[in-house]
Amino acid sequence: MREALRDAMAEEMRRDEAVLVMGEDVAVFQGAFKVTEGLLGEFGERRVRDTPISENTIVGAGVGAAMGGLRPVVELMTVNFSLLALDQIINHAAAIPYMFNGQARVPMVVRMPGGGGHQLGPTHSHSFEALFLQVPGLLVACPSTPADGKALLKTAIRDDNPVIFIEHESLYGARGEVPDNDETLRFGEAAVRREGGDVTIVGILKMAHTAADAAQTLADEHGVEAEVIDPRTLRPLDLDTILESVRKTNRAVIVEEGWPHGGVGANLATLITEQAFDYLDAPVQRVTGADVHMPYSRRLEQAAIPHEEHVVKAALAALEGSI
Amino acid sequence: MADLPDASTSYELLARMALIRRFEEEAGRQYQRAKAGGFLHLAIGEEATIVGTTSVMREEDYLIGTYRTHGHAIARGTDPKRVMAELFGRVDGTSGGRGGSMHIFDAERRFMGGYGIVGGNLPIAAGLALSSDFKGEDAVTVCMFGDGASNAGNFGETMNLAALWSLPILFLVENNLYGMGTAVERHSAQTDLSAKAEGYGIPGRRIDGMDVLAVRESVAEGVRLAREERRPTLIEAFTYRYRGHSAADPEVYREREEVEEWRQKDPIESFGRRCIEAGVLGERELQEVRDKAEATVLAAVEFAEASEEPPLDTLYENLYVLDSDAWYAVDERSPEPHRGEHESEMPDAARELAEAGAAYAEQPDDGPRPNPAVDGDAELGVEPEVAEEVEDIVPPAQQRRGES
Repeated sequence: MREALRDAMAEEMRRDEAVLVMGEDVAVFQGAFKVTEGLLGEFGERRVRDTPISENTIVGAGVGAAMGGLRPVVELMTVNFSLLALDQIINHAAAIPYMFNGQARVPMVVRMPGGGGHQLGPTHSHSFEALFLQVPGLLVACPSTPADGKALLKTAIRDDNPVIFIEHESLYGARGEVPDNDETLRFGEAAVRREGGDVTIVGILKMAHTAADAAQTLADEHGVEAEVIDPRTLRPLDLDTILESVRKTNRAVIVEEGWPHGGVGANLATLITEQAFDYLDAPVQRVTGADVHMPYSRRLEQAAIPHEEHVVKAALAALEGSI
Repeated sequence: MADLPDASTSYELLARMALIRRFEEEAGRQYQRAKAGGFLHLAIGEEATIVGTTSVMREEDYLIGTYRTHGHAIARGTDPKRVMAELFGRVDGTSGGRGGSMHIFDAERRFMGGYGIVGGNLPIAAGLALSSDFKGEDAVTVCMFGDGASNAGNFGETMNLAALWSLPILFLVENNLYGMGTAVERHSAQTDLSAKAEGYGIPGRRIDGMDVLAVRESVAEGVRLAREERRPTLIEAFTYRYRGHSAADPEVYREREEVEEWRQKDPIESFGRRCIEAGVLGERELQEVRDKAEATVLAAVEFAEASEEPPLDTLYENLYVLDSDAWYAVDERSPEPHRGEHESEMPDAARELAEAGAAYAEQPDDGPRPNPAVDGDAELGVEPEVAEEVEDIVPPAQQRRGES
């Protein structure tokens, strides 16, 4: 995944002189997670910029640079640090095109890795997809495969809207076929990872993989054919594909790592209920991270993160009485 | 003291300042008439700092400011009609009625806003300067902000970045002595604001912000340093707002005498007097300046009054730069949710509810609008004891109108 993301940036930088990368330790250090490795060598300090640890100002400088005609790709070292930049992300990047009535555009990508699982404790394990999803004016991408990561990041860089690009730290080492071409991927096109007629499972980021694993177990051990959907972007959301699936399976499970209240699943469950209520044979099930700050203890942490078993249970609960 | 410029430049400086003054007075009046809503921050008294600055900027330079920037836009050349229409929330406003008083913007004149968050414009200014520098352009960014913003984290962060990256930027603190109602010596441990960025490698100087020529001279040099030497500097201009922080300000934190004292240094009167004494301008020209400002501002009000309210089906416009048939927003105001981008084709139930909602915007008459900072929403009920407290600090003029 990390090479795919790096290639996306490098290719876009070769294609468009206005693209620049900036963030904490993205240049000399080659990126805290090594995603920007090699960029400084190829593009130099003018276009690959180390910044001070000043998140709000890094993003704000990205906003201004974008308004001035550049296409900045801003890396925040982790999702957690985006909290220090929320003023620029929400009050400025997201609001400017609207509040100035289209006179200014903010074609900026803010990349940030997050998620739990590495014993990084309460301040370094967040999943804030829902937080950014809530903000009108932002687009939110959350790739789960290297191919999607590359194609979505290229699209994000070319898009004229501010894009929050959420990466999962556990997926940086993920392997997969990545087309060695200029392929982009339109935002708002979900991927159906597995077809099935019994239950729809929607999972994002690392949970897209958990959902797929659960679907395999459901097939192997329970004779249940789950349809697995990875939305790939949350805003825009390919609701049509999800609804189409739910109309077929009449059941839905949504899997995310974030907190339950006001989460991605809460939102999607509402949309499904509003628009496909007549097709539902069971309440929409949500599988989320625990409603706590991520504990450090490996045992507690793993207990707080959704796993395959949770998804299998939720799917079976949705199917209760019909199998 | 700086020399007077030639007659036409002097005339222009005076005319711009007088226009801003008259515009702001009228904006205040229209606010009392409830034609303008929200918060209204007037720059009356600060005209020399504004006009002195813009008068030495080039067309391609960026200017970015705060929530007190009607005058900045006008000084940059934005038609006062469009600024007034924005205060009225109408389609012909600078932001089509989406921004309001705090968010004036004019891309064509490179007036890059109008920001409601104190210090929020500082990093953006650095980014604009970065874009010019990156593209090898000559443009300079002038970033104006208040004394209060010098305490925000963005101040230190942005100073550091600007110096670190040698950005073509000039910072200008409009020090009107108060961060809202808190005096500088009560909000900043270092009261010499020009010194506050020195530790970051940005030298500062203090100037008389009531003297348009002093501002011109100093800003011209700051802009030159930014443009030619890529050296960011900071100017602290001492100025004063005669009116409250906003229309919601009962001004309990300062003495009337202080306001009077500053009025003696009025930037427009003092500059006009100087022009007359030096024989650069005559009484006839001064009168002409006032008459023109009057006519322009009255025409602006007329224009704003006549401008349409924004159509309801434009609610979602410009939220996103749209790519073909993508949809990004969902409208959930009615039992028939629809895609925000399809607002113009919203279902009947949604349209009815949108119109029902918009009907709440109707004012009963031209009477004063409740002040959002001190008045509750009568229909929602204000606790009586709160209302009484508020009454104590509302200026007598407002009490007479029964506004409290």
